[in-house]
Amino acid sequence: MSSNRGKGSAAGLAAFAAIIAAAPFLLPDYYQSVLIVAGLFAILSMGLNLLMGYAGQISLGHAAFYGLSAYASGILTTTFHWPVPAGIAAGVVLSGVTAALIGIPTLKLKGHYLAMGTLGFGVIVYIVFNEAVGLTAGPSGLTGIPRLSAFGKTFSTDREYYFVVWGTAFVLFVLARNLVRSRMGRALRAIHTSESAASVLGIDVARYKAFVFVLSAVYAGIAGALYAHFVTFVSPGSFSFHASIQIVTMVVLGGMASLWGAVAGAVFLTVLPEWLRAIEDYDILVYGAILVLTMRFLPGGLAEGAERARGTLVSAFRRKSPASAAAASGAEGRKP
Amino acid sequence: MSGSEPFFAGEGITLRFGGVTALRDVAFSVSKGTVHAMIGPNGAGKTSLFNVITGLYEPDAGAIRFSGKSLTGLPPHAVAQSGIVRTFQNLEIFTNMSVLENVVTGAHLSVKYGPLDFFLRTPRYFREERRLREEARAELSFVGLDADVSLPAAQLPFGSQRMLEIARALAAHPRLLLLDEPAAGLNIRETSALGELIRRIVARGVTVVMVEHDMALVMDISDRVTVLNYGEVLADGTPAEVQRNPAVVAAYLGEEA
Repeated sequence: MSSNRGKGSAAGLAAFAAIIAAAPFLLPDYYQSVLIVAGLFAILSMGLNLLMGYAGQISLGHAAFYGLSAYASGILTTTFHWPVPAGIAAGVVLSGVTAALIGIPTLKLKGHYLAMGTLGFGVIVYIVFNEAVGLTAGPSGLTGIPRLSAFGKTFSTDREYYFVVWGTAFVLFVLARNLVRSRMGRALRAIHTSESAASVLGIDVARYKAFVFVLSAVYAGIAGALYAHFVTFVSPGSFSFHASIQIVTMVVLGGMASLWGAVAGAVFLTVLPEWLRAIEDYDILVYGAILVLTMRFLPGGLAEGAERARGTLVSAFRRKSPASAAAASGAEGRKP
Repeated sequence: MSGSEPFFAGEGITLRFGGVTALRDVAFSVSKGTVHAMIGPNGAGKTSLFNVITGLYEPDAGAIRFSGKSLTGLPPHAVAQSGIVRTFQNLEIFTNMSVLENVVTGAHLSVKYGPLDFFLRTPRYFREERRLREEARAELSFVGLDADVSLPAAQLPFGSQRMLEIARALAAHPRLLLLDEPAAGLNIRETSALGELIRRIVARGVTVVMVEHDMALVMDISDRVTVLNYGEVLADGTPAEVQRNPAVVAAYLGEEA
């Protein structure tokens, strides 16, 4: 069974890689920048899903980790002329270390302290971005951030940057998937359902919660730094409470405890507003409605919807031709 | 054994919640390879005692020693590392996992690979995962759970969920297994299968301490019984001694002692 499942997931990854490779050549050029942003949100959602969907811990301030890294890398490369890769590394480390400082005390407590703590933290960071004008250039934003250049190459076109972002997203997806299907992934899911039962089996609950929180902040940090060197401009508005809710919505809509869902939710909610310019001013209402409707009608999100649709198709297929159904049943039991 | 330190013992255990004293100066002693029952009316403090032993509650006073080491003040995961694993009276199944994954999670402490192995999927990762699954299947068949192991655990009937919790605890290779009311909610046939299962667990070299209300089961399989009442030890002895003890009879039947 396990080898069967291994093959299934390898096929899924190959399909994912193929879609990433083909998309920019199939879609109009305009969509490349949309897809780059979608890729950044996919990284953010994957990280938040490890924390929220798998371990059951809620962060309402994830945009702060996204922003800290974006600003850190932006400031270091612009004001202090660091090379871009060094700026990115410093930004990611800053997000991770900050998460450890917040997570270690709050995650020792049971209940919703992490949600409260991150909510407050997100607001504070947003205020700092606005008020520390000397460092961040305040509400008007930090301009003139260099595009990503590494190994003597500058990634100046959208198509090049698309491959940087989605290549990173792919690697982070594989690492997250490998984590989820390990001892650590099982420990996180155990903590989600019963901290008591997890702890009496030898799982160090506080340590695992702190680790996954830092890891999700590192994912956010990677997305943030890549954002800064793509847009070449950062302003506080991108990292507000509003943005944090946006990421939570992507995770819930895509499907809690599903990495495919995290990617699907991020792409869907990035591309959708492009089609619905009219809702721009009301998007927080739309996010709220999506959250409520998903929880009410599709608690497993898009991932569950896809699974149900597949089940319906398989059974319809089976009714039509019993012979080929036997072949199809080999594909069952795979998890996305 | 006499003269040397007991395998597992507690003394002077006191636990207060505000003004309520849940446990007062509780002492017990468990010999290796035995079944030791903790009985007593509802609210006597039996589950509180389990929570203190496993580190979920911190006692106000008292000491617990297991296999020559002090457990006092250890967090739950460290108690588990020392070889003590428990089940819960109100089932604590991992409802977001399959039957098999529940048991594999029980083997958490025995996994011999690190983060690099699973992030990069080294041969050791695959070898260990295969071993964990094989062992989990063996534990499931040991407790008599033949259901489809890929089923979501929440879909199992109640009695099977109890057996699943025991299989999950056994996967942790405990030296001491604490069962919190394992027969609660089971029918007569399931209860007698449970009695037989507990004997087989002891035969594997595991010492069993159980909280239980089913007196037939307790008298049938226990080597020793500790009776708690209002948070205090009322009696301690063999099943026959405890049954004859007038104070125990009074506590259970509500007579004036």
